Amino acid sequence: MGTEPVHGRLVVLLLFALLTASPAFAQIDLAGSWGATNNEDLAGDSVPVDYTGVPLNPEGRIRALSYNESQYSMIERQCQGLPTFYFVQGPFGIKIWSDTEPVKGTTIAYTVGAWENRAPFVIWMDGRPHPSKYAEHTRGGFTTGHWEGNTLVAYTTHMKAGFIRKVGPPISDETTMTTRFYRHGDVLTVLAIVEDPIYLAEPQIMTRSFQLQTADLSPVGPPCVSAYQGRMPGESVPHFIPEQNPFVDEMTTRYGVPRDAALGMPETLYPEYRKKMKPGAARPGVCTINCVAAPPPANR
Amino acid sequence: MMRRKTRLAACIVLAWCVAPAAADAQGRGGAAAPPAAAKASAPVDLTGYWVAFISEEWRYRMVTPPKGDYRGIPLTPEGTRVANTWDPAAAEPEPCKAYGAPAIMRIPGRVHIVWQDDNTLRLDTDAGTQTRAFRFSSAAAPAGPATWQGSSTARWESAGRGTGAGSLTVVTTNVRAGYLRRNGVPYSENATVTEYFDVAPHPAGGQVLIVTTVVDDPRYLQRPYIVSSHFKKEGDGSKWEPSPCTAAW
Repeated sequence: MGTEPVHGRLVVLLLFALLTASPAFAQIDLAGSWGATNNEDLAGDSVPVDYTGVPLNPEGRIRALSYNESQYSMIERQCQGLPTFYFVQGPFGIKIWSDTEPVKGTTIAYTVGAWENRAPFVIWMDGRPHPSKYAEHTRGGFTTGHWEGNTLVAYTTHMKAGFIRKVGPPISDETTMTTRFYRHGDVLTVLAIVEDPIYLAEPQIMTRSFQLQTADLSPVGPPCVSAYQGRMPGESVPHFIPEQNPFVDEMTTRYGVPRDAALGMPETLYPEYRKKMKPGAARPGVCTINCVAAPPPANR
Repeated sequence: MMRRKTRLAACIVLAWCVAPAAADAQGRGGAAAPPAAAKASAPVDLTGYWVAFISEEWRYRMVTPPKGDYRGIPLTPEGTRVANTWDPAAAEPEPCKAYGAPAIMRIPGRVHIVWQDDNTLRLDTDAGTQTRAFRFSSAAAPAGPATWQGSSTARWESAGRGTGAGSLTVVTTNVRAGYLRRNGVPYSENATVTEYFDVAPHPAGGQVLIVTTVVDDPRYLQRPYIVSSHFKKEGDGSKWEPSPCTAAW
């Protein structure tokens, strides 16, 4: 008789367990070598003034127009690298691996391997907090992550000021990024939302897909070695007076892109901007440069 | 008594472990219960108005690229040959060729997603005034002539009971041959389109819809053509503006 209350409590517990149990392993495996398909041109770096699709505010646009790619000839800038989110824009695949705690087997961090111009992207999963706002900013920034269902969500702070596109549109060191990794079989789609209160008029949204491959990708890039390329340390920084940038109309003459769009005016990122464009004004000629990225081998 | 308690405790642990699997089996339509309607079992809400946010490939999507600009598209020699026959000066007899299922999600415009019935999700586009029907039924798609939007079957990918997360997978076949890119880059009637629909929160408080599109075309593509497009959710249809297909872009 004395066992009945205990029995009853256990039955209630049993029912509770049945009703509230959730999957033991909701996460999916992201580790592996994910090849670049390069079916999309996300870099947008073939023309010096191509800010199409970047919602710049006036300050960001002026900074961008002042940029001269010859800055990369300066020894002190050759190895400055690119922000973490360049892995969503650049041409290479990514290698992802996890670091596990040796006793419990829990995941401490996921790492997206580096390229030669991008630092490793380490996503801490162990609950550690972001550093103080006074802490050092690095090229890779500081990132924490968690799972939402089957989606890995990462949040990055403490990045250095840099570029949101290699041709000059800037980001400040106040930039943050939220990244989501969606795996669908052998396809991995990454969403990156970049927020910068200094240079962007609204959050920038980027998505890119990778395909799982068996060939192993390198987890590190080759070391960057700076060398003399015509400019001595301390010489002037190559730049343009913003309103005198000689490349401001190149997107228009080459591709029929209106100047407002080439300069990253925020309204040009929405479909209704097409109404402001003259019908047929951008009727193309024949492509003469950067036309083919993936021709069949037989054509070469 | 201790042995009984131990057995009951073991039962609790066992139940905790097997409950999700049992629930999933039911969700997959086990013999014990009929499958829930797709609308009722949706792990995410895709309905509403969504506007394309053209932050990528602006020059391929908002203007017609030059003839011969196939950058990024893994064309076969036959695909290249066909793309080279495109004449930008000629009148296009079929203006909807760039609005077919393999390319429609790249078109600058808005999409409106609603439940047509309990097992059919409908996606309308204002640009080109196209309608896609995503059928969750396992029955074969009705036979008929190929259309721009083809026949689509859909299924949910749930992240697990109670997680409030998941995505939609759509497979489309029976499409009319058309253009992957406005400048005459082709896909054939043999193309198969696999799409994954995911949602994420937007920092400003709304939502982002991410559509990953995988186009397989044994005739014109050497390997799958994979692109991802994104949309921002809008509160209502006040900016919805249907317009016919046009080749004069």
